[in-house]
Amino acid sequence: MITGVPVQYFLILATLMFFAGIYGFLTRRNLITMLMAVELILNSVNINFMAFNRYLYPHKMEGMFFSLFVIAVAASEAAVAIAIIINIYRRFATINVEDVNEMKY
Amino acid sequence: MSLETFLIMRHELLLTAALLVVLVAELFSHPDKKGPIITLSVVCFGIITALGFIPSPEGELFGGMYVASGSRLMMKNILNIGVLLVILQSVDWLRRGENSDKTSEYFILLVSTLIGMNFMISSGHFLMFYIGLELATIPIAALAAFDKYRNNSAEAGIKLILISALSSGILLYGLSMIYGTTGTFYFNEIAAVFSDSNLQILGFIFFFTGMAFKISIVPFHLWTADVYEGAPINITAYLSVISKGAAIFIFIIVLFTVFPVIVGTWQKAIYLLSILTMTIGNLFAIRQQNLKRFLAFSSISQAGYILLGFVGGNQLGMASVIYYVLVYIFSNLGAFGVVLAVSNASGKENIDDYNGLYHTNPKLSLIMMLALFSLAGIPPVAGYFGKFFLFTAAAEKGFFTLVIIAVLNTIISLYYYLLIVKAMFLLKSETPVEKFRSTLYTRFALGLCVAGIIVTGFASTLFEFIRNLSFGV
Repeated sequence: MITGVPVQYFLILATLMFFAGIYGFLTRRNLITMLMAVELILNSVNINFMAFNRYLYPHKMEGMFFSLFVIAVAASEAAVAIAIIINIYRRFATINVEDVNEMKY
Repeated sequence: MSLETFLIMRHELLLTAALLVVLVAELFSHPDKKGPIITLSVVCFGIITALGFIPSPEGELFGGMYVASGSRLMMKNILNIGVLLVILQSVDWLRRGENSDKTSEYFILLVSTLIGMNFMISSGHFLMFYIGLELATIPIAALAAFDKYRNNSAEAGIKLILISALSSGILLYGLSMIYGTTGTFYFNEIAAVFSDSNLQILGFIFFFTGMAFKISIVPFHLWTADVYEGAPINITAYLSVISKGAAIFIFIIVLFTVFPVIVGTWQKAIYLLSILTMTIGNLFAIRQQNLKRFLAFSSISQAGYILLGFVGGNQLGMASVIYYVLVYIFSNLGAFGVVLAVSNASGKENIDDYNGLYHTNPKLSLIMMLALFSLAGIPPVAGYFGKFFLFTAAAEKGFFTLVIIAVLNTIISLYYYLLIVKAMFLLKSETPVEKFRSTLYTRFALGLCVAGIIVTGFASTLFEFIRNLSFGV
């Protein structure tokens, strides 16, 4: 047991990371940076799962397992996204979202 | 526990087998001749669809992570029918030059998304739910970006993958709060200890938002039109029917089995979102010129009607949602089938291009008209009965204002559906779509759609059957 660090600290950290991710997703214009923002969101979720598991339900490992799966799925998601980003770069010669907007209302 | 118990997950096993068969057949096929692969895939999938209807025992696997029940099997069969129609419709498109070298990839991606949806629908645990959800969304992004040499397709792919990753993140954040307050991921265990503490409600809101992105309920719908326009037409059909249908199915299962305690909370949210979704979807559909964009907004407003079945939280509501998705699969795929056939023959996708279609291609125009009538809900066809049951389910719980707004929205939608019918039958054009004859696969698929639109409306036993399988809060 990590003595002296209450569970709230982990939750505050995770919340800050989550909203930093949302903020980054909405404001950044580079596709790779947007992908990084999404990874930040998923990692904040992982911190939440592990902190809850370690502090509140230490006799079961469900939260830990869930975060393992989240990491694996996030990796595959990033693989597909980066493949598409490479294709975008070939087609548009840029990865700035402002320039990838041929379809509009 | 014997191996026979694994037959409970027959749908998933069959689909995995089909995926492997296509993968191995690809290794031994001639690189220039893709005909056998297409035939093999269509036959494989047809057999799977037929086998799905064999009655199967109910039960649980993997300690309750995987649940098979009558209603969930019904949902899987409905999705199978839809995917079979999509595969049949896309054969012509796959035979075109630029796609001929990636035929088997198309089937493998399509089938793996369907496996994900089946696992998602059968989940009894949020881990299974999450893996199924991701397996259902990640390959779809690859499919949306399938036309490597078209800018719009790449744009649609990146928009879809980023939005689905963001929505999964939001959904997971809510899930982590629900886990923190309940200590479990099992649906039935969460339902047993769920109260309405603030943290749980907050977690539920995040979860709801994530799902709302997937179903494209209105404040979260902005990605829909762009993705639908950019993706290849058969993928658009798949997104708007199958993947939306699967998300609706799992959403109603989760709401009814995990969150029955806070039914009052989600009723209010869905009440408001349903009105917003119907109205805004309809208003934006009126001003579209591109048919794919038009059908995108029409599918948003259809999701609004489907939410009416959620509001009541009763058994009739769930039955009407399942039934409506079945009807919606036939009607929307009928419309998309015609759009795809016309686009394959002439490359035209705008509403103006359909002027005078009746004079050159009367059969296609009639199918399109029937499909649009079904989407609008004009009496003799199935769409009318679907809407009728949805409205009844909401009215049974006393949501009369909502039903009246929904009926008004139906009238608005009638206007823009009839605009297309008018273009096809009444307007004249100097350069109409040339007369063409579609292939056997397309004609078979469109015939199935027409039969579905007519038969599902009149076969009342079907609705009774679905109703006996459904459950309320």
